[in-house]
Amino acid sequence: MIEVRDLVKHYGHVQALQGVSFEVRPGEVVGLLGPNGAGKSTAMRIVTGFLAPTAGQALVDGVEVVDDPLACQQKIGYLPEGNPLYLDMRLREALRFVATARGLRGAERGRAIGGAVSDAGLQGKEHQLIGSLSRGYRQRVGLAMALLHRPPILVLDEPSSGLDPNQQIEMRRFLRSLGSSRTIVFSSHILPEVEAVCDRILVIHQGKLVADGTVEEVCRSCAEDPRGELPTLEEAFADLTDYAPRESLSGAEVDEVAPAEMGGDHDVA
Amino acid sequence: MWRDVATVYRKELRAYFTSPIPYVFTALFAAFMAWRFFFEDDTAFFLFDKADMGRGFFFQLERYLIVLVPIVGMGQWSAEVGRGTIETLMTLPVRTSSLVVGKFLSAWTLILVCLLATVAIPITVSSLGEMDWGPVYGGYLGAFLFCGALLALAVWISSLTQHEIVAFVLTLVAGIVFVGMYELADKVGSFFGPVFEQLSLAAHYQSMGRGVVDLRDLTYFVSFIVFFLYLNAQSVENRRYR
Repeated sequence: MIEVRDLVKHYGHVQALQGVSFEVRPGEVVGLLGPNGAGKSTAMRIVTGFLAPTAGQALVDGVEVVDDPLACQQKIGYLPEGNPLYLDMRLREALRFVATARGLRGAERGRAIGGAVSDAGLQGKEHQLIGSLSRGYRQRVGLAMALLHRPPILVLDEPSSGLDPNQQIEMRRFLRSLGSSRTIVFSSHILPEVEAVCDRILVIHQGKLVADGTVEEVCRSCAEDPRGELPTLEEAFADLTDYAPRESLSGAEVDEVAPAEMGGDHDVA
Repeated sequence: MWRDVATVYRKELRAYFTSPIPYVFTALFAAFMAWRFFFEDDTAFFLFDKADMGRGFFFQLERYLIVLVPIVGMGQWSAEVGRGTIETLMTLPVRTSSLVVGKFLSAWTLILVCLLATVAIPITVSSLGEMDWGPVYGGYLGAFLFCGALLALAVWISSLTQHEIVAFVLTLVAGIVFVGMYELADKVGSFFGPVFEQLSLAAHYQSMGRGVVDLRDLTYFVSFIVFFLYLNAQSVENRRYR
């Protein structure tokens, strides 16, 4: 179980998180949504012990992360934002390193590596340099590293980032299959993925939690659309994050481009 | 803790030696040192009809180690920050001190390999006649410890920036200062002179190059290494609070 209480994080003068609180119960799959720079990755980094909060608490199974980071980290599998990897290592070596650092030895380590390779669909790639793998496979490597020690909690920061549509569908299936046995918190900008996978969503905007509930609850909490229908998650997201159509680089409003302007020549402002 | 140190050490070492760079680097370093020793004017090896390493070899070695060690140390942390893998490392259930010590020992091992590659030079000299091996053993031990001290400094500086070149230049300057203090010791008066001499890496290195292994020199090098590894662990840990 993850508990976050009044979490505050400042980077110099920038307030990345301003008193965020939420809980993720065992077995739940929770999606963390928000525009870029909203504070999602910061919240995940605090939960995983990579960053310490300026104020507030992050607890994993009742233990405060800053008090005992190693115990908390042992329970978490983490895929950081951008999936940083050692590109000059072979897959098996990288997995072996992570497994050993997580305290696995001997036959147990071999089984864990075999299991993670198979779960992430990386069979046959064990002896390849990570740098020679395609982006989709690298994403799987990041997942395999996170899954290696069979953690009860998974924290995945944009696991579908950079994947093609087919790979995104695969990732959705994968998350759904994992979600049956684990607590998962993941961030994503792909709203259909969130709708398909999550039990609950949290929306963070400008460092504050602006929505917490099931997709339907979050959509209901937003202003009804003029047609009297329930807003879609996309509309609810725009509403919660104060999105207003912006001017495009050409000076025309993005959502209100006249057909004549789209086809014709016009001066760039 | 030592189990984790060994895990990090093995990973780093494997990463070095799966690339051809260390092999080429080591061979070039050994060849360069041999050329400098046998054919350069300042050692004048062939002018003296004597199978002796003299102090010229270890003096030259010191000069080039000031450049070699920052090259090895510059990427230790800055590269991790640059490619983002520091997040992977720091979210593993491994103490920061284990990461620091494991990285340091692996880089020190790489430098040891470079030093050992130059052993061909004293072996060649000894084949030409009777040679006193005492100063050679002392010189190599001194060089190894000198490298350890400079490397601890380099790795700490590497943790302060994400730019490898910046880390390299800063370490080079710091290395020149710590070595150059010895030269300045005579010029800064009777109070600061001995302080500069005691703080200088060169004084302790050259003392061992005479073949005398003094406990004070060993204590100096070990304290230097421990001090900068401590600073390194602090600076890495402080990243969590930025």
